[in-house]
Amino acid sequence: MENQMILKIENLNKNFFGVAALRKVNLEIPRGDIHALVGENGAGKSTLIKILTGLYQKDSGSIYFDGSMIESHDVLDAQKLGITAIQQEMNFIPYMSIAENIYLGREIKKNGRINWNDANRQARELLLSLGIDVDVAEKMNRQSAAVQQMVSLARAISVNAKLIIMDEPTSSLDKNEVEVLFKVMRDLKNRGITLIFITHRMNELYEMCDSLTVLRDGEVVGQSSVADITYLELVSQMIGQDAANIIGERTKPERTFDKDAVILKAQNISMFPKVNDMHLKVAKGEILGLAGLLGSGRSETARILFGAMQPDTADILIHGNKVKLNNTRTAKKLKLGFCTEDRKVDGNIPNMSVLDNLTLANLPSLSKFGIISNKKRDTIAKEYVKTFNIKTSGLNQKMVNLSGGNQQKVLLSRWISTNPEILILDEPTRGIDVGAKAEIEKFIHKLSGDGIGIILISSEMEELVRMSDRVIVIRDGYKLGELTGARLTVDSIMKEIANTRISDISDVEGSNEK
Amino acid sequence: MKSSNQASLNQLLNSYGYLFFFVIIAIAGSIFTPNFISLNTLRNVLVQMTPVLITGLAMTIAISSGGLDISIGSIMAVSSMCCAKTLSIGILPAIVIGITVGIFFGFVNGFIISRFKVEPIIITLATMIAGRGIAQVLNEGKVFIFYEPQFTDWAFIRIGNIIPIQVLVMLIAILIIWFLVRRTVFGVYVQALGDNVKAAGIAGINTYAITLVVYVICGIMAGVSGIMETSRLTIADASQVGLGIEMDAIAAVALGGTPLTGGVANIFGTVIGCMTIQMITVIINMNNLSTAYAYLMKGIVLILAICIQNLDVRGR
Repeated sequence: MENQMILKIENLNKNFFGVAALRKVNLEIPRGDIHALVGENGAGKSTLIKILTGLYQKDSGSIYFDGSMIESHDVLDAQKLGITAIQQEMNFIPYMSIAENIYLGREIKKNGRINWNDANRQARELLLSLGIDVDVAEKMNRQSAAVQQMVSLARAISVNAKLIIMDEPTSSLDKNEVEVLFKVMRDLKNRGITLIFITHRMNELYEMCDSLTVLRDGEVVGQSSVADITYLELVSQMIGQDAANIIGERTKPERTFDKDAVILKAQNISMFPKVNDMHLKVAKGEILGLAGLLGSGRSETARILFGAMQPDTADILIHGNKVKLNNTRTAKKLKLGFCTEDRKVDGNIPNMSVLDNLTLANLPSLSKFGIISNKKRDTIAKEYVKTFNIKTSGLNQKMVNLSGGNQQKVLLSRWISTNPEILILDEPTRGIDVGAKAEIEKFIHKLSGDGIGIILISSEMEELVRMSDRVIVIRDGYKLGELTGARLTVDSIMKEIANTRISDISDVEGSNEK
Repeated sequence: MKSSNQASLNQLLNSYGYLFFFVIIAIAGSIFTPNFISLNTLRNVLVQMTPVLITGLAMTIAISSGGLDISIGSIMAVSSMCCAKTLSIGILPAIVIGITVGIFFGFVNGFIISRFKVEPIIITLATMIAGRGIAQVLNEGKVFIFYEPQFTDWAFIRIGNIIPIQVLVMLIAILIIWFLVRRTVFGVYVQALGDNVKAAGIAGINTYAITLVVYVICGIMAGVSGIMETSRLTIADASQVGLGIEMDAIAAVALGGTPLTGGVANIFGTVIGCMTIQMITVIINMNNLSTAYAYLMKGIVLILAICIQNLDVRGR
């Protein structure tokens, strides 16, 4: 029976500077399962993964892999044993070809020279067997996130991995790409490979996984087969009973706003080929959702509205006055705020303090003649840390040391503290845990209640439906239609995206005017 | 497996490694060098390190903004030559001209770097090469000798007969730069720029203007430093003034714990870094060894310092 478990962990402990990251972790993963590892940010998932892949060493406890006990091991040992991880931030050589990346360090040689023909042919066959048809001689950095991930998987297969750990592989993929990935994952499972799947998206977990382990504060708080646990049970295991109650209350609140008090009106926004003749308006206190798949032009629209991208054409009116948004400074002066899609790319100032990050956009008003008033700045920062319940060891904590949810709260605070009239939020809840997500959604509602007009972009249709007063559906840079009131459902958004052809746009629009 | 004691020692070295080296070298100096602990040695260290410190402070800002300025030595030379050649008009106008030359070079550097998005090292390399050429052309490659006692006596003023005037200038420079970095909007913007330029842009920071100002500050500091050297040396030597100083300045910044990747400016660290480097030179000189050994020592200390500051707290 023992051998049915590919991985068995007993009493695993790991401390950092005297703080327990993992406590007496016991874990069993059946061979050939897709096993979900769930828990909030900071629950110990990453630490566990890093111990398995040999990046960290355990303090105590035992790990049995494929029937034999592993003592101390490094990354190379782990690979030889057949443990591979597909990282959140993918590690490959961007300027090398797909084939080179797959066979990196194990080049196919003939007479001491690399045999490109064979390497390319084998790489292509391997990817084709996963259902991916690409030119393997193309450079890695020119591929989409999805293809890059497939290449990482192909590499894992080619090194005969027995256990593949996938850390949030879907977070950067759109819906179709996720489908392809899931197909490949099922295929891997059929080949007898065991997968550890980490995701914040619960529907994916229920769709894909056989068994799961829940971690909270470094301890295993639950282990079961996916079929035996309800969503509510799972969430309460992840975040504890109290927090679960908050989420239980998460229904669409009654919302009132004056739809005639339009703050921002934008027409004729075009930036070929990403955005085509986009038009939208936002009223005081309204939450306008932008729905669309990744690459639909929704983020570009947001960037244009904030002056961070220059369109070919755009007529933008704020309070009825025509404005030209040449740069982000103009947008800021016009009382716009913008939280970008990817915190790490253009949100966080990672090595600066929470204090600096939080007050960055508002600094001029906290200073006189360019000299910062430390008192004012501390007061503002403390206030936001308190109201937003930002968990940090202090205002001088480095941003990079905060969890994703808390970073997002700091970035929200950065803009809210500038007293904006319009707040553009691009994926404000992406990659953050359930508890923080519920909190952030609550704040967004509160902000709109305070009269801020909000443009909300989210890949999660449920979230858009739950949050928005009105949703604009975008595909290929075209506005397909608007949904509001009773017509605003996940189904109808999906239908708009899936069914409407470009030539139908005018019809849809006519029928959607309020 | 490392104990937590070891980890906290590493962290300490990470943050305060520059002090550690300063102390070690001071101790080593006092053991091996007769008369090392004397007012005279201290004065020598302080006076000689003036140009490195002044330019090092500017370099700290440039590096923390994610850039680099290797043209400071050449800017010093041009400033020095322009100042010396115009002394006949009057001392004050000559000083103003010298500093204006610095501003001009800084502006050119900053403008090209921010507008054309060129790597700072390439542009400042170009102005470094061209600048040295301009300085030499100004006096046909010869050393310019002038006689202006009021200007040259200045460098030998001692406040209360003890403290060299250079110390006062350095203190003022340190205070100004420290204030700029720690207490002003500009300082925060510079470091934000160096840490994540994209995020800084989205936050509404005028990254062009900030970059421009950073290199203008470098130009001003190089100008000041060039003028002070001219006053102290009583000649203007286009081929020697500020030669290689950019490397000492970078070394001092690195030694002082400012990461070369940008985002953090450690002003106090740069001051200690400068003193450490200068102390090495003085120790070698006082022991009558060839300056070749000073280079060797500086190199070794730099390598050790960087390694210690980057000690990976493994298992993190």
